[in-house]
Amino acid sequence: MEVHEAHGETTVVVDTPRLVDAALHLRDELGFNFLSDVAATDYLGWGAKGVSGYIGTPRGRDLNEPATQGHQRLPRQKPHRFSVSYHLLGMRAGAPRVRLQAWVEDGEHVPSLVGVWPTADWHEREAFDLMGIRFDGHPNERRILMDDDWEGHPLRKDYPIGGEPVRFSGEE
Amino acid sequence: MAVAPERPRIYEGTRIPSPTPSVLEVREDLRTSEDVLTVNFGPNHPSTHGVLRLVVDLHGEEVVGLAAVVGYLHTGFEKNMEQKSWWKAITYAPRIDYLSFQNNELVFVLAVEKLLEIEVPARATWMRMLLAELNRIHSHLVWLGTAALELGAISMFWYCFRERDRILDLFELVAGSRMHTRYFQVGGLAEDVPAGFWDECAKFVEVMPKAVDDYEGLVDRNEIWLERTQGIGLLSADDAIALGQSGPVLRGSGVDWDLRRAEPYLAYDQVDFQVPVYQEGDVYARYRVRMEEMRESVKIVEQAMRRMPGGPWIADNRKVVLPPREELHTSMESLIHHFKIVTEGFRVPEGEVYVASESPRGELGCYVVSDGGPKPWRVKFRAPSFVALEATATCMRQALVADMIAIVGSLDTVMGEVDR
Repeated sequence: MEVHEAHGETTVVVDTPRLVDAALHLRDELGFNFLSDVAATDYLGWGAKGVSGYIGTPRGRDLNEPATQGHQRLPRQKPHRFSVSYHLLGMRAGAPRVRLQAWVEDGEHVPSLVGVWPTADWHEREAFDLMGIRFDGHPNERRILMDDDWEGHPLRKDYPIGGEPVRFSGEE
Repeated sequence: MAVAPERPRIYEGTRIPSPTPSVLEVREDLRTSEDVLTVNFGPNHPSTHGVLRLVVDLHGEEVVGLAAVVGYLHTGFEKNMEQKSWWKAITYAPRIDYLSFQNNELVFVLAVEKLLEIEVPARATWMRMLLAELNRIHSHLVWLGTAALELGAISMFWYCFRERDRILDLFELVAGSRMHTRYFQVGGLAEDVPAGFWDECAKFVEVMPKAVDDYEGLVDRNEIWLERTQGIGLLSADDAIALGQSGPVLRGSGVDWDLRRAEPYLAYDQVDFQVPVYQEGDVYARYRVRMEEMRESVKIVEQAMRRMPGGPWIADNRKVVLPPREELHTSMESLIHHFKIVTEGFRVPEGEVYVASESPRGELGCYVVSDGGPKPWRVKFRAPSFVALEATATCMRQALVADMIAIVGSLDTVMGEVDR
């Protein structure tokens, strides 16, 4: 388990086998009773190739300093391909927030948190539908936004953009 | 006029269906009785607020099973935003929720500003708050008009849209377009507020509280309205929190929670307003919360108008903000900045942030990941309507088929936001 602070936000990264324990601890011991959001992110190709070049200082690119003079910089590497971030809120004075984060490779499963926060039901279905992350123990793991027979997971970085296959009549 | 003297008590314990919280399963004895009819409501049905589909199991008139099916309006906003520069992506945010467009725009801009750590001038902050509150009134007016229409009160619709049109006129005055204004820019506002705005806004502030009185006069003691809203669609406070409900649905269930007060953003900590809370957790309580929120929003608009600071309306940061137009003719540096920002887009430092705001529908969050480049790596919206629909199965327990319309209406879902 590791904890980062950035932009005034706390991120708690846990290994997937301990996710449910961490969630229960956060809910019952630390009072994070409200699950705001579950956001899955695909980091395929993160920092591997420059979109238009990763040029700049840690604070972003400075146009007063010529771009390639020792300031070329790639973003920090990520431990695995996908992150699943649970944004938690404690409904009390000060409104503390924390981000619980798990990292997985393609095909690895994440334990479902529907038993901890029932609202995770549709959020996890969305993460499965759009990002292809599998949740172990989800009671109703089906697509939610795309058609039931849709192929692929559209929010993945390797999903083709603008190349939707066209079905012609008469063809299979 | 007879008014029901006693409000029904809210249930004890939890009523969230198990194991799937968003699906109400038919009881075993009913399913085997062959007396249950499965009906498909939607996705095109006048009273479903867009393209919501409900698969409902009916036992006589009683709803005994229910599953909401969404996705018919999925347009891939989040994927599209990844392909655009930060600058262009702002235009997508308001289209996600077409009734509270400025709140959506605001939360995305706030998230980008948080990553950039850019200072926003006070005038822009106050003007954003003013417009967000006008937008809240606008959204509640559309809700009230359509929710009443669904229950058969057609005149309400015309009155609400009369005031809504005045708000859209104000938006047009400020931003040049009536909806999807894209007036919030990273660093502040796109333009200064036009001089004629304040007079028009003052007229609106004067008219609006009287208009709310009129609406209340129309339905508040109307027996049909009370019969159809009171004690319907019950949701207890514990269940509302467990199901992630927010906004008027949560406050109608007796939870005193408003992000404008709990974690103040913009200048909400400097204005006076009340947070209406009702204990009953029914359709009527949600209606009452929204009516009072309209009055409170008018108060915030009035205070923001009175105390609007002068000065610049956008930050003076040439790496992010377009230079003033007149400088382009005299300064080479400004021309370069203008060219770079428009063609390539500004870069946002690497990182991830989650920003939450109180939209008319509840906690509207925006999770943004940047790799340091000119385009967002990932944008995810926490859509309050999406979460509100998860509560349908709990709210519909023991409901009749006619109540279903009132309950779905009271959750105030915008399908554009649900499906994104």
